[in-house]
Amino acid sequence: MIKNGQTQIMKTLQQAVMACLVACATLLLALVPAKALVEIDINQGNIEPLPMAITDFNSDDGIGTQISDVIADDLRRSGLFAPINKAAFIQKIHNPDVAPRFEDWRVINAQALVVGRVNKETDGRLRVEFRLWDTFAAEQMIGQQFFTQPENWRRVAHIIADAIYEKLTGERGYFDTRVVFVAETGPRDARQKQLAIMDQDGANLRYLTQGDDLVLTPRFSPGRQEVTYMSFADGQPRVYLLQLETGQREIVGNFPGMTFSPRFSPDGQKVIMSLVQDGNANIYTMDLRSRATTRLTNTPAIDTSPSYSPDGRQIVFESDRGGRQQLYVMNADGSNQNRISFGDGSYSTPVWSPRGDLIAFTKQSAGKFSIGVMKPDGSGERILTTGFHNEGPTWAPNGRVLMFFRQPAGAAGPQLHSIDLTGYNEQRVDTPNYASDPAWSPLLE
Amino acid sequence: MKLMMSIARNPAAIGLAAALALAGCANKKSLPNSPGELGLAANGAVPGSQQDLTLNVGDRIFFDTDSAAIRADSGATLQRQAQWLNKYSRESVTIEGHADERGTRAYNLALGARRAAATKNYLVSRGVAASRIKTISYGKERPVAVCDDISCWSQNRRAVTVVSGAGS
Repeated sequence: MIKNGQTQIMKTLQQAVMACLVACATLLLALVPAKALVEIDINQGNIEPLPMAITDFNSDDGIGTQISDVIADDLRRSGLFAPINKAAFIQKIHNPDVAPRFEDWRVINAQALVVGRVNKETDGRLRVEFRLWDTFAAEQMIGQQFFTQPENWRRVAHIIADAIYEKLTGERGYFDTRVVFVAETGPRDARQKQLAIMDQDGANLRYLTQGDDLVLTPRFSPGRQEVTYMSFADGQPRVYLLQLETGQREIVGNFPGMTFSPRFSPDGQKVIMSLVQDGNANIYTMDLRSRATTRLTNTPAIDTSPSYSPDGRQIVFESDRGGRQQLYVMNADGSNQNRISFGDGSYSTPVWSPRGDLIAFTKQSAGKFSIGVMKPDGSGERILTTGFHNEGPTWAPNGRVLMFFRQPAGAAGPQLHSIDLTGYNEQRVDTPNYASDPAWSPLLE
Repeated sequence: MKLMMSIARNPAAIGLAAALALAGCANKKSLPNSPGELGLAANGAVPGSQQDLTLNVGDRIFFDTDSAAIRADSGATLQRQAQWLNKYSRESVTIEGHADERGTRAYNLALGARRAAATKNYLVSRGVAASRIKTISYGKERPVAVCDDISCWSQNRRAVTVVSGAGS
């Protein structure tokens, strides 16, 4: 299913990556040291962002500047890097293949330097090359090139930003990702909602539904080709599956009541969701190939918001079986259901980190709504942000950053925000209108 | 106090009070005892219509925070709804369950469903055929009162009975 739906963009990029595997080796001027000389420990809170210089990539038109701007914006928003104002640059890079004058970059305190070039190939594709230099060690850290169709230039910029982030932090990047969310317009008592998708930096926004039907809680498939969400299109609210490339949509399963709060299993073969019967919400899975459904919880309580561990062996969910909503973990077959949250207040919308080490949640306590994380055994609870109404965290694929929505008090609607796992670097994610229910896409492997 | 507030905000209760007042007035002039005997409600609603249900019976009940328990003040409304449904036995209804905005999305969808089911069960226990009652939950997606305090949240925690084809 995923293979057939592969887009041209992805094919092109995979070809680009293949081309790179061959070409990159020849671009390497120096062996990359096993341990980078410039590096950032991102496990510290509130670190000083690393000053670095990202020069305009050489090109015949403005595309080189556009690409370097996207790279700089990605790195700046991460909170870990401080791209230096280009006006401060001393050396003008005429040939990105030649080692720069390191002292010119050290004197403006650029600890790392990014240079590059964009050429148009005779077949119309762009060739984008870049090098990352460690200015104090006077060594090249990365040299890569990519071939792509001109319209994919932003993706190439994000892939380069990911490569730089990975080299300097030792963690996977997350810039070549997208966000699916619910775009909201209109007054609070007559809100219109549309599914929308955009790059993680807000570019390339596209609406996936027209706003005629109420839609909620979209979630990506692991292959990024499908979205599962809830819609009121059919009278009875149900979980749907949407193929992003074709726009084809279908109801998931043939259940007798409302289905909601869907999410994919890590292998993409199942959708896990809640089904309401006689007012009780229990958790079910449906195998997308065999269509077989399996009931995992069986209580008179509200059991919902299921989320798999990345290895697919466990599921975290919320239940009010003990009175208020709390977080529970069970095995993937529904056995061994154990409560893990015991703090003051109620806990909901748990999401297992792609790294497996943490569970993010919404916590309601003393009239405030917070976003927090805890370990899968319930220990180590940390609140990252608190306010009038914060809800629905989603993980960046590297498990370092969370996105969520914030509804302020008053007439204004919700907006998306991101925050680092340390609780620092909270950023508003710009959308044209109000926005809620974000879901961060995985990275393409 | 709490009970009085919720009655005052219930338009159906006001409608009923108005109808009773008019009926009392009519008595003195030796006219029929109630607007119903004239074939029309005091407010002009067509008997058996959504407007009739809303104005003369009460189309909605309210709930406590995180609760789907039918409150004492709601029982009276549902009694009247059951009588009305038993009188207009050809009508079927959808009960829309709602939650206030002070909860998370999935939980509120489930809570709305639980409130709709509790309301349905009450009507069924008063003799209305279950096959005539559908339920749906809108969670916190359809607030009727928009402010950021209890005065609005208490109006949004509701179950509304909608005559089929009438729309809400």
